Amino acid sequence: SVNGEWRSSKVSTGTTIIAVTYDGGVVIGSDSRASMGGEYVSSRVINKVVQVHDKIFCCMAGSLADAQAVTNAVIHQLSFHSMQMGEPPLVQSAASIMRSFCYNHRDELSAGFIVAGWDSKRGPQVFQVSLGGMVLEQEFTIAGSGSTYIYGYVDAKFKPGMTREECLTFTTNALSLAMDRDNVSGGVVHLAIVTEKEAEKQLIPGNKLPVIQSLE
Amino acid sequence: MATVSVCQYQPRGFSFENCKRNALLEADSTKFGFNAPAARKTGTTICGIVFKDGVVLGADTRATEGMVVADKNCSKIHYISPNIYCCGAGTAADTEMTTQIISSNLELHSLTTSRLPRVATANRMLKQMLFRYQGYIGAALVLGGVDCTGPHLYSIYPHGSTDKLPYVTMGSGSLAAMAVFEDRFKPDMEEEEAKSLVRDAIAAGIFNDLGSGSNIDLCVITKGKVDYLRPHDVANNKGVRTGSYRYKRGTTGVLTKTVTPLNLEVVEESIQTMDTS
Repeated sequence: SVNGEWRSSKVSTGTTIIAVTYDGGVVIGSDSRASMGGEYVSSRVINKVVQVHDKIFCCMAGSLADAQAVTNAVIHQLSFHSMQMGEPPLVQSAASIMRSFCYNHRDELSAGFIVAGWDSKRGPQVFQVSLGGMVLEQEFTIAGSGSTYIYGYVDAKFKPGMTREECLTFTTNALSLAMDRDNVSGGVVHLAIVTEKEAEKQLIPGNKLPVIQSLE
Repeated sequence: MATVSVCQYQPRGFSFENCKRNALLEADSTKFGFNAPAARKTGTTICGIVFKDGVVLGADTRATEGMVVADKNCSKIHYISPNIYCCGAGTAADTEMTTQIISSNLELHSLTTSRLPRVATANRMLKQMLFRYQGYIGAALVLGGVDCTGPHLYSIYPHGSTDKLPYVTMGSGSLAAMAVFEDRFKPDMEEEEAKSLVRDAIAAGIFNDLGSGSNIDLCVITKGKVDYLRPHDVANNKGVRTGSYRYKRGTTGVLTKTVTPLNLEVVEESIQTMDTS
């Protein structure tokens, strides 16, 4: 590290990403740090929650170049699919398109994703599309290097059928805890809340995040 | 009649086998004391900033080949289109050729669409090309310009990831330049303030990073106008010698002076014609 080897390493998203379903919608959140070689923060404000369609979002983890390339390809293919079907796409379709990219190029890519959103057929859904192309549907999921620090917290605190406010508190607390402990997660919290009516984006700056001592 | 076909995995995309072979060869040859010639890198401090009316791009002008300065005044701000310019850090040949290829493709695109190209288009083209080569093209770029949607600034990494930000720095001097930006950047600055800030950021890189040096080049892009200021600031002037070691006539006293002519006889004279056809 004295020779600055971080310069020749890929930009990694580091990351803590989370998606949680609640009664009537889904909350998706991420931190905002991109790092190189575990040493240099190349960007402290990147948004890892990307809108792939009106009511479907996807969170990126892993190599930023791979994640951006796959996400752009998914946006392209999903909009095509949606135009062909003549209706808004299912969250499962988005996850499936994501999975086909991740699986077919599993030897060359190193990126994992969370696909979450709302559709008229099955309501709010969360899918985790991991590194090799495995797809798992879950009520809530966490991913990224910072997620290891909050498994205990989310397993203890999650309840199915929360209200919107409870879900936002849960998500923000989980992200704050992970960002405090993981060196490659940090910055601000990007949130997206998707319901039947609309998809709303929020940003919580670093100094407005909940402080650990006051978490119940 | 049913034919049995075995589905063979067809490897697609660029094959990087030779890159691995080259790395092994270089490692082996160092054992025998043979060092492969170092690629000329730009070392570099490059940066960009979005201000009220447009974008200011800045760069130093030193190109290094290992530990030697190969070019004291190289140009690192490359033309992409009349309204878009790109600074390049990393391997000099890679940044030069990559920006030329995208500039050429963007001109064709612009002629097809009959529109002034957008910065987002240049960004997409650059990132897709760099991603295709998986980081083996060592080009780290700061892309900026003004199009119909306003001023935009992108940083593009060699592996193909990009960031869209109001201020970016790249290259070996990026940490020094980013420190200056993080301290003094404000949104919607005036042009003179923005130019001064970029100049100071590049100067921080020049004076604190060994890979950056010489002069500061600026490129100010606004709607309909580009100011390519090369050099904007000659930060490192070559010193002027204040004294001379020449001895004045009369320093050494002359005691005697004798002139002896040498009488030489011409023994042989031959002429050889030169073939000037």
